[in-house]
Amino acid sequence: MKAPPIRFYQTGSFAVGNRLLDPEQRSLQSDEQRTNSITCGHRACQGCGEALGARYALDAAMRATNGRMIAANATGCLEVFSTPYPETSWRIPWIHSLFGNAPAVSTGIAAALRAKGREDVRVVGQGGDGGTVDIGFACLSGMFERGDDVLYICYDNEAYMNTGVQRSGATPPAARTATTQAVGPEPGNVFGQGKSAPLIAMAHEIPYVATATVAELRDLEAKVQAAMEIRGARYLHVFVPCPLGWGSASKDTIRIARLAKETGIFPVFEARDGEVSSVSKIRRQLPVEDYLRPQKRFAHLFEPEPRTEVIARIQARADRNIRRFGLLPDPEDVPAYSGGAT
Amino acid sequence: MEKPFAITLDVGSSLANKTGSWRDERPLYVHRLPPCNHACPAGENIQQWLYHAESGEYESAWRELVKDNPLPAVMGRVCYHPCETSCNRAQLDESVGIHGVERFLGDEAIRRGWRLTVDREPTGKRVLVVGAGPSGLSAAYQLARRGHAVTIREAGPMAGGMMRFGIPRYRLPRDVLDAEVQRILDLGVTLELNAKVTNILEAMSDGFDAAFLAVGAHIGKRAYIPAGEAAHILDAVTMLRSMEGEERPLLGRRVVVYGGGNTAMDAARTAKRLGAEEAIVVYRRTRDRMPAHDFEVEEALEEGVMMKWLSTIKQAEEGRLVLEKMELDATGFPQPTGETEELEADSVVLALGQEADLSLLHGVPGLEIEDGVVKVDETMMTGHPGIFAGGDMVPAERTVTVGVGHGKQAARNIDTWLRGVTFEHAPQPELASFEMLNVWYYADAPKTVAPHLDAVRRQSSFDEVTLGLDAGNALFEARRCLSCGNCFGCDNCYGVCPDNAVMKVDRDDGYAFDLDYCKGCGICVEECPCGAIEMIPETI
Repeated sequence: MKAPPIRFYQTGSFAVGNRLLDPEQRSLQSDEQRTNSITCGHRACQGCGEALGARYALDAAMRATNGRMIAANATGCLEVFSTPYPETSWRIPWIHSLFGNAPAVSTGIAAALRAKGREDVRVVGQGGDGGTVDIGFACLSGMFERGDDVLYICYDNEAYMNTGVQRSGATPPAARTATTQAVGPEPGNVFGQGKSAPLIAMAHEIPYVATATVAELRDLEAKVQAAMEIRGARYLHVFVPCPLGWGSASKDTIRIARLAKETGIFPVFEARDGEVSSVSKIRRQLPVEDYLRPQKRFAHLFEPEPRTEVIARIQARADRNIRRFGLLPDPEDVPAYSGGAT
Repeated sequence: MEKPFAITLDVGSSLANKTGSWRDERPLYVHRLPPCNHACPAGENIQQWLYHAESGEYESAWRELVKDNPLPAVMGRVCYHPCETSCNRAQLDESVGIHGVERFLGDEAIRRGWRLTVDREPTGKRVLVVGAGPSGLSAAYQLARRGHAVTIREAGPMAGGMMRFGIPRYRLPRDVLDAEVQRILDLGVTLELNAKVTNILEAMSDGFDAAFLAVGAHIGKRAYIPAGEAAHILDAVTMLRSMEGEERPLLGRRVVVYGGGNTAMDAARTAKRLGAEEAIVVYRRTRDRMPAHDFEVEEALEEGVMMKWLSTIKQAEEGRLVLEKMELDATGFPQPTGETEELEADSVVLALGQEADLSLLHGVPGLEIEDGVVKVDETMMTGHPGIFAGGDMVPAERTVTVGVGHGKQAARNIDTWLRGVTFEHAPQPELASFEMLNVWYYADAPKTVAPHLDAVRRQSSFDEVTLGLDAGNALFEARRCLSCGNCFGCDNCYGVCPDNAVMKVDRDDGYAFDLDYCKGCGICVEECPCGAIEMIPETI
């Protein structure tokens, strides 16, 4: 077998930057000139994954558009913690309207720019999973099918966090939320409900759909860059852990995102014109238990006694992701999928 | 001011909202003690010189290295590298090949003629160093750097001590040793050869303000073996020493080496190179109980040295030996079985350890000798004020690196003693353990194995066995360092803060926290690859 080339000094390509790398090989976040789209003083909780994900994505979009960009924001944590009237943390042109209409507002901005002949200014729509996957979904689907020139970014923290951690269509099975309590024979959110917004976006056969996490900065930046090089409707789904809603330690935000990817819970991939074009492989595969344990929303799976059958069902979902997207590094090692048995 | 409809307040930035007030813990950049530095008997700041080497700044790397050890080319070859044994990277893939990089830096310095420097004005004090082995040379260098006038008196005909008269050439080429010794002498250190000190007080009365003794342990221990008149028995120290003279020892076709330490391996491998058909090591215990380092045993076996475990020599006659078989008792101690066997042998080399010749210390008041070695306090001073000692003649592990460490330690204390102050050791920071690292950020990179000369060639020549790294793989190897406990400028903290509360600054390690906005989430601590940040409670 051919040895993989060692490309970078010491920490490979995984750290944010490195004193020995050429500046162009470092991530944008290592650059003092980054936009800092969402600046200090915002009121997000300690260790907020969404604040981090939004800065990563929007700074990259700002670079890709040379700073000529307008962002439309759905209601949600991101809007509430960044813009309590009359203060704002945004250092970019930014507009807020309603919970469910951010894709439609984005469409409107794009249409206005087209009417004015301003092709140089680009549009980014953004919201949380509630505003995207549930409430704003009709507007989003319309934006996709019309092919409006908008990059829509969903920051997925898997529930309505701003209003007090209620279940959304992106809440995973077995997770405890305010509306899916850990009681009864099947505690937490039920299996078999919810949806995958990235796969639905792919079904629209729009030019670009991708998923990313806050644990892989370079991957996230590259995907925003790729998305901004294309015209038409594009969708980016970013996995952003929520210490408050998930009951995880504030210091563990990035670690939990990393575990979601390394266990296969959250597949990281890129799709062009409705087809998966590349996947981010698992580097060191781990059991889903490693991901579940540090989160109190899954505490009922371990106490008072371990719910091994529920953990096994979650593992089966992760295994299905691994099979479906080919997430393991060496394809020969993936157990053959018998197919049709279900 | 006129405001639009329904607007009552002026727009402002969230910068007015000092979220730092939420915090009950704050992050702090720290320097922890890397395990390599902790394990180094010479006290080298390994992580720091690797840091320089990583960017290809070999001269600054070498300068950092020689602050603690003036013999890097020697050390990279002969040290048993406890640094690598303790390296955190071993838990990830393989330890960093520190000795290979050290040797590369040492060789590079010789090739490029880098010179040592004296950092202080002359003090007018004179220090006598007795013995030009690793410990004496190290002390002489450290004292000269501090502005003292140093004279080394060496009993032998050449400098180097056991590095010359104990370690075979195939492990340490003599031109390398000569170059590193000369560099120390170039600082103005006076070296007197064939100048055995027989009475230390008398020697010091020659105008010396202090003395450092490092006479080593050069007398091979003998064991009583009933022997016929014609039996050829010699000790390993004498044998290895005579390798440096005009006449090489005549050992015959079959050589038996008695003992299980590193010297026994050196003796057996040297015998093989001198033309012995058979070199057999006789040792009374088993391989796992041998004091010799495993790689030395391995290299000896590769070269065709044979081993006879659980055996003692009962009798020696001309051309043959009587061995008695041993067995280990419950406590692991070998006990005779009474069962004997014969072994053909033209000569027997005893490698049973060495003793120090301490005759120069007769009549020194206050000085104590116990178990054949000199007692010293934690400043390396003997019971007699102004006389310090180190190396093989004091109680410690007997290696070149320990000797160099003793020399440095003693020199620092001699310096402060001469100036009438006490040397204060900086408090040791916390050890950087593997658990403090976030190793996910490090790319997988296996160790560059220094190529070995092919075994056949090794048996017949005294060429160096282990070849060095070249600039390319030395750089690669240096970059495998995880920089445990010390910032290496990866920008992770700067990138992962959700509150933009990490700033780049032109001081310290290049980063600082903006405590007006840091909420104390601790992500920077968790995501720091090398464990160079910690959380401390706020004191309110």
